[in-house]
Amino acid sequence: MSLFDRLPTDAAAPSGPSRRTLLQIGAAAGGGLLVGFLVPFGQATGKVGDAPPGSLAPNAFIRIDPAGKVTLVMPQVEMGQGTYTSISMILAEELDADWGQVTFEHAPPSDALYANPMLGLQATGGSNSIRAWWTPLRKAGAGTRAILVQAAATGWGVDPAACRTEASQVIHDASGRRIAYGALTGRAAALKPPADPPLKSPSAFRLIGKPLKRLDTPAKTDGSAQYGIDALPPGVKFASLAHSPVLGGKVVQVDDSQAKAVPGYRQTVVLDDMVAVVSDHTWAAQRGLAALNITWDDGPNAGVSTALVRERLRAASLRKGVVAINVGDAAKALSHDPIEVVYDVPFLAHATMEPMNCTVQVTPGGCEVWVGNQVLARAQAVAAQVTGLPLDKVIVHNHMIGGGFGRRLEVDGISDAVRIAQHVDGPVKVVWSREEDIRHDLYRPAWHDRLSAHLKDGRIDGWKHVITGSSVLARWAPAAYVDGKDSDAWGSAADMPYDIPNLHVEFVREEPPGVRTGFWRGVGPAHNVFVIESFIDELAHKAGKDPVAFRLSMLDKAPRLQAALRLVADKAGWGSPLPARCGRGVSVQTSFASSVATVAEVAVDEEGAVSLRRVVCAVDTGIAVNPNTIVAQLQGGIVFGLTAALYGNITVENGRVQQSNFHDYRMLRIDETPPVEVYVIPSGEAPGGIGETGVVAAMPALANAIFAATGQRLRSLPVDRDLLAGRKSA
Amino acid sequence: MAKLTINGQALEVDAPPDMPLLWVLRDLLKLTGTKFGCGIAQCGACTVHVDGTPLRSCMLPISAVEGRAVTTIEGVGATPAGRKVQQAWLDLEVIQCGYCQSGQIMSAAALLAGTPNPQDADINAAMAGNICRCGTYVRIREAIKYAAKAV
Repeated sequence: MSLFDRLPTDAAAPSGPSRRTLLQIGAAAGGGLLVGFLVPFGQATGKVGDAPPGSLAPNAFIRIDPAGKVTLVMPQVEMGQGTYTSISMILAEELDADWGQVTFEHAPPSDALYANPMLGLQATGGSNSIRAWWTPLRKAGAGTRAILVQAAATGWGVDPAACRTEASQVIHDASGRRIAYGALTGRAAALKPPADPPLKSPSAFRLIGKPLKRLDTPAKTDGSAQYGIDALPPGVKFASLAHSPVLGGKVVQVDDSQAKAVPGYRQTVVLDDMVAVVSDHTWAAQRGLAALNITWDDGPNAGVSTALVRERLRAASLRKGVVAINVGDAAKALSHDPIEVVYDVPFLAHATMEPMNCTVQVTPGGCEVWVGNQVLARAQAVAAQVTGLPLDKVIVHNHMIGGGFGRRLEVDGISDAVRIAQHVDGPVKVVWSREEDIRHDLYRPAWHDRLSAHLKDGRIDGWKHVITGSSVLARWAPAAYVDGKDSDAWGSAADMPYDIPNLHVEFVREEPPGVRTGFWRGVGPAHNVFVIESFIDELAHKAGKDPVAFRLSMLDKAPRLQAALRLVADKAGWGSPLPARCGRGVSVQTSFASSVATVAEVAVDEEGAVSLRRVVCAVDTGIAVNPNTIVAQLQGGIVFGLTAALYGNITVENGRVQQSNFHDYRMLRIDETPPVEVYVIPSGEAPGGIGETGVVAAMPALANAIFAATGQRLRSLPVDRDLLAGRKSA
Repeated sequence: MAKLTINGQALEVDAPPDMPLLWVLRDLLKLTGTKFGCGIAQCGACTVHVDGTPLRSCMLPISAVEGRAVTTIEGVGATPAGRKVQQAWLDLEVIQCGYCQSGQIMSAAALLAGTPNPQDADINAAMAGNICRCGTYVRIREAIKYAAKAV
């Protein structure tokens, strides 16, 4: 029996809410309470998640059922970065929900309802989940709390201001009464949440700032977590596919006579650009695919090579680019005795541990998709486009993601799977082999950088940086690519933290022939900070300055970064003696609105082998919603960046990607991984981004440490052991 | 029909003898906790125990495991070492995306079962075959030592 059974019921009577209010809030037919708010993008339409039938809501993140269960709908996807937990903490904080009782669910595809406020579409990328949703989700929680309080206060006939909330209850201390949120849902559903509810003072936070346990990990320890690759709809068949070994090639002819002899073989699907074998299980599909005799038309890219790509980038870098920033008069400052250098970075694959996969069933009237993806509404849209079905006939089930890193910001794998499924009776699970996954990625662009600088009185007084490479943004979000401006390609270069009076940064767009490029963990900033922080290190040595002191002297406009740099230098023992052939390198960054300073310590033996001794990192990311997640993201991001710097290199010869699996596209392993210490600096500023920051930090810190150990400057990646061993020169 | 024993349960499956155990588990038995990562025993995501020994199921034909006890991530919690490792993974918040962690937990559980107090060199030897793209290695090392101390 709820407390309201003893109270007058007129507050929730039909005379209360207007039709408009009902439309905006949505009185859940099942007695639940749905609350949402309008984000700056999209309109108030549609239903929310698995809301009870009859619900209407403009946008919904919180559902409370009459039993008091609080379900939080996740507008961002979970790919390991911990966002489901952090988002839940923000909502639950302002809602004053009982943390032990909250559950979460994946949001369904809908740009209208779940567009990321910083991106304008339903996308998880750019380390901005918490930055984008911090205020909107706090308001969603606080607005919900406000109507729950109002409902209780009205029921009790007391002033709402005399009530407080805690652990999913409204409490009136003066009378000692309390009521569970679940008992208030019917009444509160008739109330309109305030447009601008007061938010908690950070000093009142109960959840935010605490290292709470992740909500998604229990299912990840016992095998029960469901990734896209685990989908097994009834009657599912299994498919393996092959794209043309030469990038962009086409199918001419397929002989599948031998495949048909493989036990479990069902059918061959031949499309213009790929071939798939569908079978009763993956083993038969793989064997069947291997038994095909496919004739390919190599197409226009058969002559593409890494050397050709690099030469085109070099030539293009001499063109006039689009100006990213121009301060003072860099040309004049650089008119005599400039220090000029050129840097190169390679294509990189994502190599998510969960290979690309997608399960699809196409029927005459609909399409159902099981996948883990970073752009869910695009996933739905591409399935609709391929099938010709209206959007509302395409159901997409999102899943846990076994590594995104930008690879699942793309929907090519979904398009492929839908096209295959159109030829299959019943559901089909399409799983790429690791070889397909490595060879048909959309790669982190190769870039070519020309930099020049001028030193005056031990400081940099002129700086010019010309970045040349692919524009991922132009392909992925053409509307955001205006007048050739690419905020990703020049990210952390146009807005670098140093106080330099004459500064000029340009971007020259040059697309590599035949090679598709895509976002990658850290993408533009990770590349730019590697180049900039390496060159800054060069300039420190030219100026005869200590690399930490040189940086500190030019960071007066970035006090948070200065503080991080001082802290990391202290924690890393900067300047203390090291054994022979060892060195420390430093790097700083303000990428993704977090100030990070990092010191790497390495040893390099006479054969050029690099041993990672230690990495120390200090971060000011504003309010740390979940400090444990922040430490984990930096630890993991640093490993990701070290992996790329030491090993990452996708090369192309005769139009074919030469790497294929983890034996030739290497990953850092546990025996190579150093201790990584992370210091989170307390801050009251708005939260910054964190998922990609460690990747950005690792590469220049490592390269600068290798310089300190060997005197060898690395102006290209990955680290070249022959160079370090003196077997060749730069 | 191949006769298998998976997590203590005797089963018969209709599969060719050269079919890797990984696909029997995932596609035929719907035990999807064991993951496909590379197919060439380079990443360890598919690690299972066969009579207590950690093996890569992606290259292990089922003919090789007939009559032997196979344990997967779904069953390892019933073993003392597996239970301790799973709890340590939660207590130290090891996991990020989690995709490789079935394999990491299986390798770590086998290590602890045979080496109750592993040193760094033991951890390196037992765990270097398991790739984690999220880079959770620092915590994996800590969690193995923590699990070793757990009662």
